[in-house]
Amino acid sequence: MERIYLDNAATTPVRKEVVDAMLPYFTENFGNPSSVYQIAQMNKKAVDDARETIANALGANANEIFFTSGGSEADNWAIKGIAQAHKAKGNHIITTKVEHHAVLHTCEYLEKNGFEVTYLDVDEYGMVHPEDVEKAIKDTTILISIMYANNEIGTINPIKEIGAIAKAHKIPFHTDAVQAVGQLKIDVKDQNIDLLSLSGHKINGPKGMGVLYIRRGLKIENLIHGGAQERGRRAGTENVAGIVGLAKAMEIAYTDFDAKIEKMTKLRDKLINGLLESIPYTKLNGHPTMRLANNSNIGVEYVEGESLLLLLDMSGIAASSGSACTSGSLDPSHVLLAIGIPHERAHGSIRLTLGSQNTEAEIDKVLEVMPGIVQRMRDMSPLWEEVVKNK
Amino acid sequence: MYSEKVMDHFMNPRNVGEIENASGVGTVGNAKCGDIMKVYLQIEDDIIKDAKFKTFGCGAAVATSSMATELVIGKTIEEALKITNKSVAEALDGLPPVKMHCSLLAEESLHAALWDYAEKNGIKIEGLKPPVADVHDHDHGHDLEDEEDAN
Repeated sequence: MERIYLDNAATTPVRKEVVDAMLPYFTENFGNPSSVYQIAQMNKKAVDDARETIANALGANANEIFFTSGGSEADNWAIKGIAQAHKAKGNHIITTKVEHHAVLHTCEYLEKNGFEVTYLDVDEYGMVHPEDVEKAIKDTTILISIMYANNEIGTINPIKEIGAIAKAHKIPFHTDAVQAVGQLKIDVKDQNIDLLSLSGHKINGPKGMGVLYIRRGLKIENLIHGGAQERGRRAGTENVAGIVGLAKAMEIAYTDFDAKIEKMTKLRDKLINGLLESIPYTKLNGHPTMRLANNSNIGVEYVEGESLLLLLDMSGIAASSGSACTSGSLDPSHVLLAIGIPHERAHGSIRLTLGSQNTEAEIDKVLEVMPGIVQRMRDMSPLWEEVVKNK
Repeated sequence: MYSEKVMDHFMNPRNVGEIENASGVGTVGNAKCGDIMKVYLQIEDDIIKDAKFKTFGCGAAVATSSMATELVIGKTIEEALKITNKSVAEALDGLPPVKMHCSLLAEESLHAALWDYAEKNGIKIEGLKPPVADVHDHDHGHDLEDEEDAN
């Protein structure tokens, strides 16, 4: 059976060029970059070059790029590190209700340790309004952390405007850009970003690799104490292969960028419009235009999301859902609830996220298969029975 | 995460549908929690001759509905009362721990349909309690405890 992978917001396949770039660093070029001999110094250069590549892609300087084990570590470090380092000034943090759990749970942890957190509401599209950020600022505010683009519904926030507000109030501004990197052009200086988290495996790079950009001069607590790696802020021998792979993935993501994004946006809109037209009682979750090129999230009434995923999987299609049954808890997605979707509709949401490998033929296949699958579930649903009777 | 048997009953559910003029009908669950099961029973001479269901829910909810109707057909009312969420789950070769509440839905909806039958016929079924309005009311707590333990 043909496999159609449409869960690229969860993770992506590592590109062959990335694997090829990484391979020599496992066997031949195994030296520790901290050592003095040549095979080690070669690796120091590889790490330095990678840092430079990533800095260039973000409009940052190389000495502002810190490698981490991924997006979650970068988020944890940014939030806890700033909270610790600035607690003499205040204890208030501003974030939103739709952040990734790496941000939300870190904030909840800090709340248990004497910090105060404001979780901003978002609008019906999942967007944060800059004026709401400004209104929430207090004398004690020491951090504003707002995601660049949402992982579930793809909504893109006005980051530059929010950054400008933070800057005017001299409050450090962090953005979780795990979903945005590779899909949006980022310039941390122009967009007033002080801290930015990114992850390798969302952009066809390796898992277990991420970056925290920290603006030069910003005071932040060190994360891992030990050797002098990452300028002493995050000790531990560098994951050289991972670092090289991440840089390669970044380089590829921003090559022919405009053409790739245009193509993906067209596919996305074909998918969204096709599903909305061919399946009754469906609705797009998130913003129609201010959304990531890879993201479609459709609310399908009268069916439950996990069932839909299982049947799609049987047809070779990999997707994800905001239903409770896929979240491991009894509540559906916090993002869908935050944009005002009632529980009963949130259970029936389906997220299909594109990657660079997806083709138009694959989208056609999804559009061909999905209406039948939804109808099959509806025919079995006592809720649908009522809809039919009331017609 | 699901056993082969669960997937079989999910992909090929037995006894989907409605029974016209059913002897008893029971609906349990709500859309807010993401699962609803509606069971129809045809009862003649104290024996459950036929059972059908409609379910809105996840893979486990559909599979337990299917298995519960399969188990109940041909049983006496007394035997039907002995079908528990555990026996339904066991008949499916087990369910993931987070999905055990789905099997409770199957047990409760069978009981609700039997209760409806008893009410319609003005009889009392020994050992049958009135149906719970919402199976999740007493279920949320359990799952949270499980989660705490797991951590």
